[in-house]
Amino acid sequence: MASIANTETPAVGAKSWLRLQPAAARFSFRGNAAAQLVAGTAFGLPFPTNACRSATNSTRAALWLGPDEQLLLAAPSEAESLRAALETALASIPHSVVDVSHRQVALELRGPHAAWILNAGCPLDLDATAFPIGMCTRTVFAKTDIVLWRTATEHFHVEVWRSFTDYLVGMLREVAREVAG
Amino acid sequence: MSRFRTPAGGRIDRAKALTFSFDGRSYSGFAGDTLAAALLSHGVHLVGRSFKYHRPRGVLGAGAEEPNALVRVVRDAARSTPNLRATQVELYDGLVAHSQNRWPSLAFDVGAVNDMLSPLFPAGFYYKTFMWPRKAWHSLYEPRIRAAAGLGEAPRGPDPDRYAQRFAHCDVLIVGTGPAGLAAAVAAGASGARVILCDEQAEMGGSLLDGRTAKIDGRAADRWLGETLSGLAQLPNVMLLPRTTAFGYFPHNNIGLCERLTDHLATLPADAPRERLWQVRAREVVLATGAIERPLVFPGNDRPGVMLASAARTYLNRYGVLVGSRVVVVAGSDAAYEAAFDLAAAGVTIEAIAETRSDANGPAAAAARQSGLPIRARATVLGTRGRLRVSSILLGEVLADGSVRRGATIPCDTVLMSGGFTPTVHLFSQSRGKLAWNAEQQVFVPGTSAESERSAGACRGVDGLLAALTDGAAAGAAAAQAAGRRATATSYSVEARDAGHSGSSGALPHAGTTPPPKAFVDFQHDVTTRDLALAMREGFESVEHIKRYTTAGMATDQGRTSNMNALGFVADAFGRSIPEVGLTTFRMPYTPVSFGILAGYARGDLFDPVRRTPTHSWAEAHGAVFEDVGLWKRARYFPAAGEDMHTTVARECKAVRGGCGIFDASTLGKIEVVGKDAATFMNRLYVNNWSSLAVGRSRYGILLRDDGFVYDDGVVARLADDRFHVTTTTGGAARVFALMEDYLQTEWTTLDCFITSTTEQWAVIAVQGPRAREVISPLVTDIDLSHAAMPHMSVAHGRICGVPMMLFRVSFTGELGFEINVPADYGRAVWEAVYDSGQSFAITPYGTEAMHVLRAEKGYIIVGQETDGTATPDDVGLSWAIGKTKPDFVGKRSLERPAMKNAGRKQLVGLLTENPAIVLDEGSQVVATAGQKVPMQMIGHVTSSYQSSVLGRSIALAMVAGGRARVGTTLYVPMPDGDIAVKVTAPVFYDTEGARLNG
Repeated sequence: MASIANTETPAVGAKSWLRLQPAAARFSFRGNAAAQLVAGTAFGLPFPTNACRSATNSTRAALWLGPDEQLLLAAPSEAESLRAALETALASIPHSVVDVSHRQVALELRGPHAAWILNAGCPLDLDATAFPIGMCTRTVFAKTDIVLWRTATEHFHVEVWRSFTDYLVGMLREVAREVAG
Repeated sequence: MSRFRTPAGGRIDRAKALTFSFDGRSYSGFAGDTLAAALLSHGVHLVGRSFKYHRPRGVLGAGAEEPNALVRVVRDAARSTPNLRATQVELYDGLVAHSQNRWPSLAFDVGAVNDMLSPLFPAGFYYKTFMWPRKAWHSLYEPRIRAAAGLGEAPRGPDPDRYAQRFAHCDVLIVGTGPAGLAAAVAAGASGARVILCDEQAEMGGSLLDGRTAKIDGRAADRWLGETLSGLAQLPNVMLLPRTTAFGYFPHNNIGLCERLTDHLATLPADAPRERLWQVRAREVVLATGAIERPLVFPGNDRPGVMLASAARTYLNRYGVLVGSRVVVVAGSDAAYEAAFDLAAAGVTIEAIAETRSDANGPAAAAARQSGLPIRARATVLGTRGRLRVSSILLGEVLADGSVRRGATIPCDTVLMSGGFTPTVHLFSQSRGKLAWNAEQQVFVPGTSAESERSAGACRGVDGLLAALTDGAAAGAAAAQAAGRRATATSYSVEARDAGHSGSSGALPHAGTTPPPKAFVDFQHDVTTRDLALAMREGFESVEHIKRYTTAGMATDQGRTSNMNALGFVADAFGRSIPEVGLTTFRMPYTPVSFGILAGYARGDLFDPVRRTPTHSWAEAHGAVFEDVGLWKRARYFPAAGEDMHTTVARECKAVRGGCGIFDASTLGKIEVVGKDAATFMNRLYVNNWSSLAVGRSRYGILLRDDGFVYDDGVVARLADDRFHVTTTTGGAARVFALMEDYLQTEWTTLDCFITSTTEQWAVIAVQGPRAREVISPLVTDIDLSHAAMPHMSVAHGRICGVPMMLFRVSFTGELGFEINVPADYGRAVWEAVYDSGQSFAITPYGTEAMHVLRAEKGYIIVGQETDGTATPDDVGLSWAIGKTKPDFVGKRSLERPAMKNAGRKQLVGLLTENPAIVLDEGSQVVATAGQKVPMQMIGHVTSSYQSSVLGRSIALAMVAGGRARVGTTLYVPMPDGDIAVKVTAPVFYDTEGARLNG
């Protein structure tokens, strides 16, 4: 029987300010506050309860995307165990856990121009006072949906559906011709 | 030194001489000049021909208000911009400009015959003159008028420039950098508020750039300006945007700015965008947009050399340019005197100051008398002379009884006029703010705001340097406070002489009972007082109607110099006040913007996202021809060398029917429906009964709109009691998801059910054909693929090539089929493994075209092809899918309406042409009898039509009225070459009993 080692993700090309992030386990978690409390324990990281904020530890992150929605990120090897742990803990509590690991890819924008580049297509206020470190939200960049997460003053983590990656990267690079080459 | 350039002074850089050309002739200028300033420095006033009458026209103003001096600037073969205001074109070395609307030359323009024929072109002439003969409108009049109409020449090639776009947020956006805007910025900037300060001009300062003598806080205004700007530039919370026009005021303080980045440069920097669109979301807006001088309306007021008085001051004080040597000043406001003083001080002869107001004894007039300038009181203007430049002016005297006596003819080369200033309320008005009438100043000023916005300075009728500074400081501080900052308004001390704000509008008195023919109100659209009078005579009373009939104020300058005079004229004629006559609407853009900034980055490859599937690169490498399905690229067919599409599709279909085909179905929409109430949700939404669907099985589902018509379809699998995997059409994925979310959030909020899009999580590889099982079985683990264990419409989890897989036994071809779902990153590798494994079975990749043929042979519908938004499930033969025992589902009630059960509705049938070689045209009509004459009675239409290789003949699907009752009869498809006879059949052409599905 054949087995698969090689996987194929969209190409980004090496840029100092733009990188494709490594593969990750991703789950879309849906459930009310009670479910989120239990799920946070199973996840090993309490879910953020404030709107558009994230919780992180060394290997995992939970991003608040809606009152009943969190995007969970973890190492790819943890996907199965994580799903099992969540489903076990939440067996009697209404919720939904859906694997979206391959649905989207992550890019990182970094550098002094990162916010400037994003603001060419993203209508949000990305000033550090309005969009502080740890803030995350579902938004748009030009004609594609993204999840935008500020991980440091000059670092943004961007999640995009995989078939929109070419478009997003093309747009970012076109914008960046003015500042970052 | 050019003749009309002062030996010193102005803000130009006399160390940087530039050369440029206008209509092929070379001229010199200085850095800091506008094109208009540089031309005037050589005594060139004639710069264009008017729109309708082709009258010679000169520079009227010095800024955005300019109606006449529209030029085309040509940078290179690919870069040419028409209709630029020469008063705003910054000079660069090598600039090439051309006048417009003239042939063969500016000085001799054949079109000027229109001027002599002007009685033929009164207001609304196109409604009257070309009425007969009727037929000539389309063949002769309209094409001719279109060729003659319009200004400038649009570039023909693609635009080689890049255009940038950007979003920005701030606490306070300040539009305009005259004294009011600067004072607002100082106050807001000091508060720590995030401030954006923009100005349409290259240099910030507004009216401060035009002055000569004023002092602010004990310093020359010029020095104060420099210090203030450098102070603002040092504040990290303040952004200065020169060359940036606020052109549109959109809801919720969203302001559109156009920043011009490279048009002023002699050499274009590599990679720099030409312009940038800013979409600024401001908490508070301060409008400090200033005011624009009104021309006076008198006969011959459009002759080159007749200018606005303030423009003459600007050219002198800012550019060191004298607009003439012998000047007559026509005063409708005190500002006219300021021009006379400045020009006289520069050595220009003031031949006369014609005071058109009844009182010629104000402080300005007194100062003029003191300086020995000749004032003519109670004056009016009866005409001007001069072919390409004014050479004399004919004055009149208004007598006590109101009649006009002919006065002196005064030779001159320049006439300056000032009717007072009109506040620039365009942006305020765009923001839906309500204007108020200021009776004292006879102008409209901002009244009630509709947005978080305030006006300051001359744009709200606050004139004078000190008043403008004070007003601006207060507005800036108030805006910062409204944005949550602590701010105080700085106070200023000023030494300056202010012109006051008296003014007039309408036409100057003239001799005679009817208006003279050529007293222009709207210079750009050639609208005279006669046109306005005619419109009123013909019964137009509303200013909106008069505007549309005469086109006054409808040119690209938006009536900046004409609106108030038109209103004043109409008000005078009707004996009403101006506010009773009303005001027309201001619309964006304030000044024209390029299409480029509106398109921005969205051009070429980046016009729209192009979505590619995980196996796209494999298909590309194997020669696939792609088609666009929504934003997706889908492989349409895989031609071998020398094959056309027809041959390819026939081969691909044969391979699937005879062996095995492989097809990329990744684009199908996928939605995971999860929760205790997932089955309830699905029962309410789809027509089918989902309660009876066992875990591990799937079913063909139909989704209706609430009007009962088919909206989408797809296979739905039950993965667990509380989990469904719903597939949708490729194009329907987003709208089905939105419909589900809508129902969950608004109608069925108590359901324990969540939906998640998984379209892109999975790569879907369809393996179809009698050998499909043999092809995949060597790769699959953990799943028993036998027919008993995994029958048609079942689903199982396992592994393929070691990676997790969700496997569907499903078929859209009528053959034994599997759809392999693997996480998208593995898609291409699994595809290749399946392809390799299928080599001994001649596995053949097939595209959407073969897929369409294969499903049509089986009578499977495609939503959007067989259905058109008016088909019920029964119409397309799918009433079997409806869960008859369900209490409700979306669309159920609509299906109960009698019309939905009418036996005469269009129904899905098959059509077989009597001549099997004829392939019907999709979309062609179906009629009951042969030989009908137009209009025929159409009873249906062909929805799908193909050549079927397995059947060796053509097949078609059609929607035909009462179609199922017509099976066996002969109908006709009328075509230009004659009727095509077709036999009506059931819509399933191949393997009617469906045995092959169970292979």
